[in-house]
Amino acid sequence: MELLDFARGPALQFGLYAFVIGTVWRILGILLLAAKPDHSAARKAGGFMAALKVIYTRSFTADAFKQDTLYPKILGYLLHIGLFVTVFLFVPHILFFKGLIGLEWPGLPNNIIFFVGVITAGVGVALLVRRLTNPVLKLISNFDDYFSWLVTMAPIITGIIIPIRFGVRYETLLAVHILSVALLLTWLPFGKLAHAFLVFFSRGTTGLVLERRGAKT
Amino acid sequence: MKQKPTLGEVLQAKGVSRRGFLKYCAATASLLALPPAMVPRIAQALEAARRPSVIWLSFQECTGCTESLTRSSSPTLEGLIFDSISLDYHHTLQAASGEAAEAARHAAMEENRGNYLVLVDGSIPLGNPGFSTIAGISNVDMLTETVADAAAVVAIGSCAAFGGIPGANPNPTGAVSVSDLVTDKPVVNVPGCPPIPTVITAVLTQFLTFGQLPDLDHYGRPRAFYGQTIHDRCYRRPFYEQGRFAETFDDEGARKGWCLYKLGCKGPITYNACATVKWNQGTSFPIESGHPCLGCSEPDFWDDGGFYRPVSTARIGGGAAFGTAVAAGAAIGVAAAAMSRRRQQKTIKEG
Repeated sequence: MELLDFARGPALQFGLYAFVIGTVWRILGILLLAAKPDHSAARKAGGFMAALKVIYTRSFTADAFKQDTLYPKILGYLLHIGLFVTVFLFVPHILFFKGLIGLEWPGLPNNIIFFVGVITAGVGVALLVRRLTNPVLKLISNFDDYFSWLVTMAPIITGIIIPIRFGVRYETLLAVHILSVALLLTWLPFGKLAHAFLVFFSRGTTGLVLERRGAKT
Repeated sequence: MKQKPTLGEVLQAKGVSRRGFLKYCAATASLLALPPAMVPRIAQALEAARRPSVIWLSFQECTGCTESLTRSSSPTLEGLIFDSISLDYHHTLQAASGEAAEAARHAAMEENRGNYLVLVDGSIPLGNPGFSTIAGISNVDMLTETVADAAAVVAIGSCAAFGGIPGANPNPTGAVSVSDLVTDKPVVNVPGCPPIPTVITAVLTQFLTFGQLPDLDHYGRPRAFYGQTIHDRCYRRPFYEQGRFAETFDDEGARKGWCLYKLGCKGPITYNACATVKWNQGTSFPIESGHPCLGCSEPDFWDDGGFYRPVSTARIGGGAAFGTAVAAGAAIGVAAAAMSRRRQQKTIKEG
């Protein structure tokens, strides 16, 4: 079996199954947890809208912190937008998703994807440098942070290298790219990258709790 | 033994002009990525070369490779050179049959011991010797006997090079490639379904000129012809970069000649010279005719997930498998939550 056959066959299959199993496991495991005993009366009636509000408002920095967090905030947005564009708007990726879920949507030209990919990789490196140079951030970082960075950046960097080649055969680079995606999918539900789907639950829960206490959100 | 005429003498007798001959030599040097300084050497060597003895063995094949080489619409210099080799055995083309044909093969092997070339098209069945026989001789026995004293072996077409369609899943005859069986002789793979005729003759020309086989890639293919992908040299590549794709075979994109990636083109992972050398005297190649590349010069192209499935489509199980994964994830999640609740209740009771 060639490396590419292994990558887009068993390896990707393993990654996708691990992703599906892990995601359903984590979501259900958290949603079915028993709520803490509630011994106080709510100041305000918590509701779905309160959860939605915090999901939205926490996407922006509070005024008091705007100046201090501007740099990481911009980098964070660039990284996430870059990941979205490169993953979901590159035509070969769209065809991959079409094969999985049967849905297709318009893509962007390759040179735009490549440009966004390079920017995203650069932003990723800048975020790593910040993590390594900021004393507080460095202190609170653990293996999960660094490994999650690695498995996120690997598909981006291997994807950028494919059109450049550097003398390596296309199918070898493609296989390495797909293997890096398989690793990302396998790790995503179990590490800090699980925020991709848990972020909405955690923010929503925060919204419900704060609403109940009558706090301004 | 009668001295065989040189290739130069044969071509001269067939009315090939010196200019035409040199043009062929220059084109061959270019195809083989050799410097222009090599053209006189190619010409000199080819003119002086005695007609090499070639034994062509056809096993599990469709004769498409022979057709590719012989069915050109007009006589070409490549064709003339092919005619000029001493094709001592080819059971599709030779007049002799039965015992006379086999006698011709044995005579050629005897007279040219250590110097003849063996060209093979078709895969070799190992499942049962009776699956494919010639004159009652199994393919594997004929190949083993014939290559024993050969100078080199050229596997013509994807069946001989990689097992091809006979070797496709579930490979009912146990088909294998030439290189699976021939390990003590130089083997050049010239895959394709069929291969480009120019590539076949260029490999022969290099052997006649330099007495050695061309530089090969990890699949045993001449790098000069199989060094780049179809996608790399495709004239539709700019459309791929611009994100302009034909969605169906008769939509606007197809009529405008946009990229065929979405229609399953295997150009990005197929190494061959179709986009540069082209077919039918350089007229066109499949993509130019509006059809995606099938990837026929790559191993197991027949089993590569379907001709019309895009390269980036995942080769993974269907919805049932994902349903099982969701159910497994749900079971683990419910179990984890239940354990957590038990722990929580226990803590409350104790606390």
